[in-house]
Amino acid sequence: MTKVKMTVNGKAVTREVSGETLLSEFLREDLRLTGTHIGCDTSQCGACVVHIDGKAVKSCTTLAAATDGAEVTTIEGLANGDLHPMQAAFKEHHGLQCGFCTPGMIMSGVDMVNRYKAEGREVTAEAVRHELEGNICRCTGYHNIVKAVQDAATKM
Amino acid sequence: MYPTKYTKAASIDDAVKALGADEEAKILSGGQTLIATMKQHLAAPTGLVDVRSIAGMVGTSLDGDTLVIGAATTHAEVAGSAEVQKHTPALACLASGIGDPAVRHAGTIGGSVANNDPAADYPAALLALGATVVTNQREIGADDFFDGLFGTALEEGEIITAVKFPKAQAAAYVKFRQPASLFALVGVFVAKGSDGIRVTVTGAGDEGVFRSEALEAALTGDWSEAAAKGADVSAEGLMSDIHGTAAYRANLIKVMAARAVAAA
Repeated sequence: MTKVKMTVNGKAVTREVSGETLLSEFLREDLRLTGTHIGCDTSQCGACVVHIDGKAVKSCTTLAAATDGAEVTTIEGLANGDLHPMQAAFKEHHGLQCGFCTPGMIMSGVDMVNRYKAEGREVTAEAVRHELEGNICRCTGYHNIVKAVQDAATKM
Repeated sequence: MYPTKYTKAASIDDAVKALGADEEAKILSGGQTLIATMKQHLAAPTGLVDVRSIAGMVGTSLDGDTLVIGAATTHAEVAGSAEVQKHTPALACLASGIGDPAVRHAGTIGGSVANNDPAADYPAALLALGATVVTNQREIGADDFFDGLFGTALEEGEIITAVKFPKAQAAAYVKFRQPASLFALVGVFVAKGSDGIRVTVTGAGDEGVFRSEALEAALTGDWSEAAAKGADVSAEGLMSDIHGTAAYRANLIKVMAARAVAAA
């Protein structure tokens, strides 16, 4: 077992974890933050994306033990009283149907917009489609997701 | 995943000690392949030695005309590095196309090179650019480093600390991606360096990354798209699988090479 200390959604957390515990399991089963979803077992679907020190990563392909000292943000940590602009835009543009992939889509979308804004790049529809390659949605056909991310980019 | 013991190494000595204490331990440097493989029960190392916190393992720098990339530098960091963009833009471009953004935030150059996946991008770059793999024990030229599918010259307890790249006069990498895995179905790296033109291919060879003699011969006399398209690339020794036959890959190699020459 390894002792880990990290900040999750602004709160300090200390736990003992086994070496093989995935961050996704740790978030869902130890911290009961079930907004982070596990969609595939092959690290491809992106439903489990969270931010570690501000960067989008797949929590199902990250060890909890390796996250010691990190700042982790999950979908539960985005809203601050009101919905985050990315969440509001997904609602407004109907960027979801069953909603299973949505936490990952939103975390990837926020990461993308943050990076593009920092680099002064335009959030085009083509760029959004390229950036969301690691997030798979089986319902929407992606059009409304792209619209939502582009709209949120104007409000973030 | 089967149980495993996680060790965060604070130094190379620390890592060597941890690897020496457990024959079945593996180095963890990004985990984008290793953890996925462990989840599938295709690998079950009893220990994981995380080398990412070791001082000097992360970052890019220029040493004269040589570009040095720390082994635990992520693909996103390589793609965004001003030094890499200045020294070898093709390498920054390659890194920006590995997997997806979340994978690029975690996967590292050292991990990719040590794993030597037959469809990985970095091996093609190292071999074409004549890079040198630096370990805790020695320096290994790319020509002597890659050794068949998932094989390398690395010995037990040997840890990659950096990769050094000489400057090329021109270089480019173009790949045709398998859309589900995002790996290269065929990727071609072309480089004009001090020892001539080198053309490497990933994703296609039965034995992993290789230099294409046919393309190197064709491009040495005539550095042009037409020469690449007209090269006599054989399907012999190429992979055939559900994604494409050897003949299809042979054709893709020429098409990717032509695009790379145009981009270089």
